[in-house]
Amino acid sequence: MLEFARWKYILVAAVLVLATVFALPNVFGEDAALQVARKDRSAIEADGQRSVEDFLRGKGVTVSRSYIDNGRLMLHFSEVPEQLKARDLVNENFARDYVTALSFASRAPDWLRNIGLRPMPLGLDLRGGLYLLYQVDVDGAVAQVLEVYEQDLRRALSQDNVQFIDVVQVAEGTVKPNGLRVLLPTGADPAPAREAIRRVLPDLTISAQPGGVGPILQALLTATQLKERQDYAISQNLTTIRNRVNELGVSEPVVQRQGIDRIAVQLPGVQNSAEVKDILGKVATLEFRLVDIQNSVSDAVQRGRAPFGSKLYETREGQPTLLKRDIIVTGDQLIDATTAATEQGPGVSVKLDASGGEEMLRTTRANLGKPMAVVFIEQRREEVDVGGQKVQRDIKEEKVINTATIQGIFSNSFQITGLGVNEARELALLLRAGALAAPIFVIEERVVGPGLGKENIAKGTTALMIGMALLFVFMLVYYKMFGVVANIVLLANVVLLAALLTLFKAALSLPGIAGIVLTVGMAVDANVLIYERIREEIRNGVTPQTAISKGFEKAFSAIADSNITTLIAGIVLWAFGTGPIRGFAVVLSLGILTSMFTSLLGSRALLTLVYGGARRPEKLSI
Amino acid sequence: MEFFKSNSRVAFMGTRKLWYAVSATLFVISLVALFTKGLNLGVDFTGGITIEAKFTSEARPEQLRTGLERAGFEDVQVQNFGSSRDVAIRLPPPEGQSPDEVRAEIEGVLKAADPNVVVSRLEVVGPQVGAELRNSAVVALISTLILIFIYVFIRFHAWQLSAGAIFAAIHDPVIVLGVFALSGIVFDLSVVAALLAVIGYSLNDTVVVFDRIRERFDANKRMAPVEVLNQSVNQTLSRTIMTSLTTLVVVLVLLLLGGPVLQPFSWALVVGILVGTYSSIYIAASVALDMGLTAESLFPTRKKLAIDDMP
Repeated sequence: MLEFARWKYILVAAVLVLATVFALPNVFGEDAALQVARKDRSAIEADGQRSVEDFLRGKGVTVSRSYIDNGRLMLHFSEVPEQLKARDLVNENFARDYVTALSFASRAPDWLRNIGLRPMPLGLDLRGGLYLLYQVDVDGAVAQVLEVYEQDLRRALSQDNVQFIDVVQVAEGTVKPNGLRVLLPTGADPAPAREAIRRVLPDLTISAQPGGVGPILQALLTATQLKERQDYAISQNLTTIRNRVNELGVSEPVVQRQGIDRIAVQLPGVQNSAEVKDILGKVATLEFRLVDIQNSVSDAVQRGRAPFGSKLYETREGQPTLLKRDIIVTGDQLIDATTAATEQGPGVSVKLDASGGEEMLRTTRANLGKPMAVVFIEQRREEVDVGGQKVQRDIKEEKVINTATIQGIFSNSFQITGLGVNEARELALLLRAGALAAPIFVIEERVVGPGLGKENIAKGTTALMIGMALLFVFMLVYYKMFGVVANIVLLANVVLLAALLTLFKAALSLPGIAGIVLTVGMAVDANVLIYERIREEIRNGVTPQTAISKGFEKAFSAIADSNITTLIAGIVLWAFGTGPIRGFAVVLSLGILTSMFTSLLGSRALLTLVYGGARRPEKLSI
Repeated sequence: MEFFKSNSRVAFMGTRKLWYAVSATLFVISLVALFTKGLNLGVDFTGGITIEAKFTSEARPEQLRTGLERAGFEDVQVQNFGSSRDVAIRLPPPEGQSPDEVRAEIEGVLKAADPNVVVSRLEVVGPQVGAELRNSAVVALISTLILIFIYVFIRFHAWQLSAGAIFAAIHDPVIVLGVFALSGIVFDLSVVAALLAVIGYSLNDTVVVFDRIRERFDANKRMAPVEVLNQSVNQTLSRTIMTSLTTLVVVLVLLLLGGPVLQPFSWALVVGILVGTYSSIYIAASVALDMGLTAESLFPTRKKLAIDDMP
């Protein structure tokens, strides 16, 4: 008797219906679209939507569809020129409130979108775009923190009136510096210095060091602290890069940590990598310092060193300037920065946090009429030739971008002037997005043109269609009625696979499409195993119905065993691969699972419908 | 329709010495090619720059190469890619120049040849990343093999079968690698993916044969091992060939229509499927036989246990 439990029929039917619904969003294609978001990242409301739409209609641009998705306004257009025109118009008219990004949006009907179903995201190789892999310089993160510590310590020692020769960075048991040393004059009592260190740097391990002219105190970061600092740097960098990417106005960017100290950035649709790298990788910050007016600049230049408590800087024009070592406020204390047109030309309006505002208030009140300078600090890495060997060297560039007399008392809100238009815009962007806690460097870069992406999709789908068509014919000729069943099952397998990929939001790549094609070829295998088994049983002389049930029964262990080996390969590939290769691994592994389901349960259900129950066929069409 | 007579009785085991010789020859040629000529590694593994450009008319790779050499680029590879109007340019990692500068210079040379040329793809892989990808590819290959060996061993108990599977699983990818070394087809990350798929696939075929061997031994413990193995390979032959054909069909379609990016990947699969099918029919079971596989190795007899249990 050939039977199939009712609950199994229901299960198969339910899975297929669900799979069809899940896979559905992928069949509608895409419109050229414009994504509009509020600059302050709050959600766009219905009246915002109306004002943009009315404005575009007034300018003669036809918006074919519009809705709010995740707080962002999506506008669909029937043609790319309309989309571009709309972007320019919106950018021009709503520059203060909105940022725009060109994108493609699914034509799937609203009800699918409303239940949270979107088409599979496309990988960069299919969509076109820029991929960047950044290496985070974790040693640089430690160097940055040591610099801050050094400043704090100098300030504390001066405040406590402790005489000291110098504060220097040391590398104790490591290659890169991991601590500070305070050099005291001959015969000095180390106790007050020790006290000062303990007060400002309570976490560091303090010890006395022999070998100097006078006493030497050393304060080191422990291994755990170094690691904490490095971890912090990476997560901070991740946040900063995310912020900067958001400022770029790219739709659906991906910023991910990869491995221990790397950050991968995917920017669909972006082609100009130089500009993006310039903004993402910039380690830039600001410092506000008082100008040293007691000492002569030319003296300092002549002696080649600044007087105590001051530091020699250059302006961007190359003019030497003496600034106080004490920093009033740094870029970290900044809350917001926007470009502003001032009487002195383009500038940046700056807002500070409470502590920064307080410090600024105190300084401006005490130094009314005296000059204050803004120092712009930028870090980059350069390759230099040292005796025929390429050596990477970090370069820190500190330039005074603006010096102005403090005209009035102000606290947390003021303007920086002395910039060009583009400089003002870039500085505002960088300040807003926050500083990088450690320098980053591009170690891998891939750009795919949009045309190539389309070509890849077309080729992949053609290969899939033709491959499937050939298989259909092949199975039909070889297995007749059973071939029809196998083909229906194969189709169901592709739908199921598409549904799972859509559900997991796995980005589809070109190797991923190749994986689907390969899976289709291999999915036939389970059916072949079963059918060959059924033929054998018939040859052994059993009744058709028994042949079918025995065929399924006996083929099971071979199907399970053989699929597991491929599954192992798929899982290893997933573990070691990245990007498109991972996409292939996901497709391969899921394809094995879906093909087992469809051939063991789907096939069985169909064959039982055709040959099962009381029918008792004399012969099978196999 | 059937390709094979249902009662095919090819004496696969009888000719196994010949197939060992064939496999050994292919294996040695592959190893020699790998160690002397080596693989034509893509930028994924060497680090460096790849630029793909689309010309409006026929591109002239030779002319571009001289143009690039004149601009100071050494070790430049320029090839047609997919069509006569597309070229792929590969460069070693730049020294002392940023990738952006290199890109600008190359675009200059391309524009001189055709002002309307479009750069359709650019890949820059740092030497460090290349070395890491190389390592992780090797680790992935080895760990796949180890995991599959463990699986086969647990599933079939008999070490003779494991040995046969291991033999096939090493045999197949090495020959695929040999073909890549000899032909000079670019070996990139996607080929590693294809190789892992080939290992999985080839074992898939082998495991089905082994499954049958276990079944036949179970049904008839008295039959001579040579007979059982011959029977098993014959009985699964139709299935082995059918599955290989269906998979081969789609992979060939991929090779012909999938575009130039997928070509190395598709080649690895085409060769892998052919070799994998061959090894599951002619090699894996033969090796198990020569290792001394008997019904006893799969199903240790109760009698022996009974003697052991005697006080």
